[in-house]
Amino acid sequence: MIIPVLVAITFLTGTGIVLSLLLIIAEKKILNYGLCTIDINSGQRALTLSGGNSLLASLAENGIFIPSACGGRGSCAYCKVRILAGGGVIGPVEEPYLTPQDRQNRIRLACQVKVRNDLQIEIPRELFTVKKFNAVVSRKRALTHDIFELRLQLIDPPVIDFIAGQYVQLESEEYKGRDAVMRAYSMSSVPSDREVIELIIRKVPEGIMTTWIFDYLKEGQKIRFSGPYGEFFLRDTQAPIIFIAGGSGMSPIYSIIRDMIAKNMRREAIYFFGALTQADLFYLDELHRIEQQQAWFRFIPSLSREPEGTDWGGERGIITQTLTKFKPDCRGHEAYLCGSPGLIEASNKTLIAAGIDPACIYYDKFA
Amino acid sequence: MEPLAANTFWTSLVIIFISAAFTDNILLARFLGMCSCLGVSKKVDTSLGLGAAVIFVTACTTALNYLVYHYLLVPLGLEFLRLITFIIVIAAFTQLVEMIVERFSPTLYNALGIFLPLITVNCAILGISLFMLNKPYHFGQSLAFGLGGGFGWFLAITLIGGIREKIKESALPPGLAGPGITLIIIGIMSLAFIGFSGMIKI
Repeated sequence: MIIPVLVAITFLTGTGIVLSLLLIIAEKKILNYGLCTIDINSGQRALTLSGGNSLLASLAENGIFIPSACGGRGSCAYCKVRILAGGGVIGPVEEPYLTPQDRQNRIRLACQVKVRNDLQIEIPRELFTVKKFNAVVSRKRALTHDIFELRLQLIDPPVIDFIAGQYVQLESEEYKGRDAVMRAYSMSSVPSDREVIELIIRKVPEGIMTTWIFDYLKEGQKIRFSGPYGEFFLRDTQAPIIFIAGGSGMSPIYSIIRDMIAKNMRREAIYFFGALTQADLFYLDELHRIEQQQAWFRFIPSLSREPEGTDWGGERGIITQTLTKFKPDCRGHEAYLCGSPGLIEASNKTLIAAGIDPACIYYDKFA
Repeated sequence: MEPLAANTFWTSLVIIFISAAFTDNILLARFLGMCSCLGVSKKVDTSLGLGAAVIFVTACTTALNYLVYHYLLVPLGLEFLRLITFIIVIAAFTQLVEMIVERFSPTLYNALGIFLPLITVNCAILGISLFMLNKPYHFGQSLAFGLGGGFGWFLAITLIGGIREKIKESALPPGLAGPGITLIIIGIMSLAFIGFSGMIKI
């Protein structure tokens, strides 16, 4: 009785082991592409590594983190990179995500390109400085009924170097059957505070990430993020500045303004902040205090849906009307925008109509 | 009339192939391999790719499983382990093929290779290996049975892919769109294929 059972168990284990060994050997022998060189941005950096992995994973192993929200499954299309040589043919997984323009520019999804031979690629320069961080939530507080401020204390690495206006990508954890995702949030803290970052996050109804932050994330909990990313920072000129933001778009602007104070930059700046009602305003006291202390700075909040007859003594109307009222002529100015796509589009039109050079309007496109 | 399978060696192979492909179609008569069929049959191109990969894998794994069954399991008296053994053999084989194809032919890999992981758990392939044991086939006949079964699946998914491409622009009731109408199509096709049944006895 016992013998057939033993034979069966031995047979199954034996088959399992033999086949696994076979596959492991095969993987070593067959999928050995030898050493491949990845040339980044025509000689700016060259990586030599053993091939076989995806480009996304190979770059990550070498500390270059291409933004990726899906973790290499080919479903988010964030990890687009330009591959000048050695990328091979476009695979069926990435095909739906590449526009004809992408194809012309030889854009590919880094997670779908395998390193099989030497590659030449082009990535934004900022990605060289991107790191992965472990942090802990040291404070989470409500600014309005749907906007929260999140303060993260860095653990490993212990400090971050960024330019005011840049953003990080937070990673959520799995909850209630929702997958872990990554989302971008601008930092509202100042670069001189190197051991912490602060983020301003507005709750998106049904949003996977914001629901996790609002309902599941607690003070003292660990959280991971990568960064800094982004080209949204103050340009080094002397042109007068127009800041325009709405809602959680406050974040990078608040960082830039306080960074200007820290660096004693006395460039003329006017900040238009759009909100619906008084209940949606935050950091009001802080910004008015800056306005009093710094002669170069003006802060103009504008409420579009504040009911008539309340005690609000400030501006009323949508932000572009207020902009036109205070700045009918924007020639020679630089504009920095952060907010919903609608706000950015409307502000763009108004600014251009007021004579600004379109090349001097800056904003992040991740909303 | 004599059963046709009693004829010469080559005739019996042809007959087994045809009966496995048509009268006993694995997808349309036995309804196996349905999940990958529903998932991939949106376009003829991908249907052709997956179908071709299935033909290759069924033919090879039927042969492999035949040998494993008759030269390992039967002598050891472990016939009852055939199901799990077949699954392991199929999974290992598809993995191996995927590696080989990926290494030596990127073009083939892009056309077929990406479907191989889908096939690892395709029940049609396991089904063909198991059905083979119900019949008194020798090695050559088993290979023909595997090839025929794979070809039948290929044929079915390509036809379904073609029909789905045609009806893509049609105005369907919203509740029927997608898998719903596909299952109805498969049902009607299955009726047509059942018309073949009884034509050949094996």
